[in-house]
Amino acid sequence: MQCDICHTREATVHLTEIINNKVTKLHLCEQCAREKSQEMEEHFGLADLLSGLADLVPVVEKDEKITAETGIKCACGFTFNSFRKMGRLGCPKCYETFKEQLSPLLRKIHGSDRHTGKLPMKKEAIRGKGALLSDLKTKLEKAIKLEEFEEAARLRDQLKALERKKKK
Amino acid sequence: MELDNLLHGKSEWLKGTGPKSDIVISSRIRLARNLEGFPFFNWAKPKEKEDTLKLVRDAIEKSKFLKKSLFLNIKDLPEIDRQFLVERHLMSPEHVIDLEYKGLVVEDKEIASIMINEEDHIRIQVLQSGFNVIEAWRMSDAIDTDLSKKIPYAFSTKWGYLTACPTNTGTGLRASVMLHLPALIITNQIGKVFQAISKLGLTMRGFYGEGTEATGNFFQISNQVTLGRSESDLIDKIGSIVDKLVKREESTRNILMAKQKDELADKIWRAYGTLKTARIITSTETIKLLSFIRLGVDLGIVSGIDRTGLNELLILTQPAHLQKLENKLLTPDQRDYKRADLVREKLKGGT
Repeated sequence: MQCDICHTREATVHLTEIINNKVTKLHLCEQCAREKSQEMEEHFGLADLLSGLADLVPVVEKDEKITAETGIKCACGFTFNSFRKMGRLGCPKCYETFKEQLSPLLRKIHGSDRHTGKLPMKKEAIRGKGALLSDLKTKLEKAIKLEEFEEAARLRDQLKALERKKKK
Repeated sequence: MELDNLLHGKSEWLKGTGPKSDIVISSRIRLARNLEGFPFFNWAKPKEKEDTLKLVRDAIEKSKFLKKSLFLNIKDLPEIDRQFLVERHLMSPEHVIDLEYKGLVVEDKEIASIMINEEDHIRIQVLQSGFNVIEAWRMSDAIDTDLSKKIPYAFSTKWGYLTACPTNTGTGLRASVMLHLPALIITNQIGKVFQAISKLGLTMRGFYGEGTEATGNFFQISNQVTLGRSESDLIDKIGSIVDKLVKREESTRNILMAKQKDELADKIWRAYGTLKTARIITSTETIKLLSFIRLGVDLGIVSGIDRTGLNELLILTQPAHLQKLENKLLTPDQRDYKRADLVREKLKGGT
């Protein structure tokens, strides 16, 4: 059997490709097969490599259509319209003031609107680590009771992190 | 420590050491923090800006991690020094747009620096040589924890660290890794890398970060998502992607060496020839050609030059560095002459 690509050498490699349910059979000589496989590697190798990781993270969408407009003004004098113009918020309190508008935006940017990372020392110190622990535990029980599982999972993670720190 | 001492000392990130330093130039962690009870910098009144600058500066001065550091008031610096600090990646280009009430703290080894009153009140940065994100995180984490004992941060249990821009909210963490990927460029694979990276919630930028173009095959990869994931998750993820890119670059280099060694060597030697003989050269062209020589050194084609020397040239040929070396202001034309002189001098030893 002759090679399907060079039509001169003897075919020794038999390749079956399935693209969109269509089966193609290729009979190739060793040299053409090597070239073909390198070409395929270049085309698909990296994409395949990376796409395996794609489900680990949320897809970031570019369009941010936040349409809600309110007359609410933050204590710092900032309105949501100023945010739209500047792309920056006025003060830390703006997060609470505009939470209706910001929550969907944060979810869009980050795929989440819940912090699961580090806590500042002062927050823990003021309330005492013990107090914070029991506080979290109460909240967790409440969340489970109300079947707010997303919230419960977040609290559980914070508890775990705190307990780990305590052990250190 | 004096600012001018930095010029002749080597930045830690330019040392060319650390894991995978043939492909990974540097690893950086940035943490954004704000003070509770104050508006964000761009919305604050002058008095409030003055207060946050003082509060943060006092806290840093008391920190055990930053005992041997240098405090700089950005407004008091000559323009050339500001540009110099940006070129050394010790502060962002944004930090010099509005000069009033802005500060910079540089730790003596130039590994850690803190911008005060950039868009956020505090931006802690740790820059390490090579593929060292975890080490950079440990150090920035320690500095951050220490500062948080001294000043109250704007923090919400729901949203984490509150930042001026919602794209940084949560952990306030940006991990960036600078990579040198010439083989992926030569074989036209970089477009696919870009696509894949953006799908993963990461971004790819040029040599100077946000809004800059990639020059000379140098790219910076960083996370975009900052909320809903823990710091270690974010760092793990960027680490695993960088790892894959490094392996890909390595295997492509091997293929190129096996299949197109002569063509590759030709490109490298031509770059070398130009740099060794040029009398007038721009900084863009310099970076581009240095990238090829770096590849030549990595592949054992060029010898007699080390990576540290090449890294040093990358930074010394930048406009503000050149002028500091010459100790006077130069026009862009004059710089192109001086740059060519400097490069020729430094490349003397190579064969």
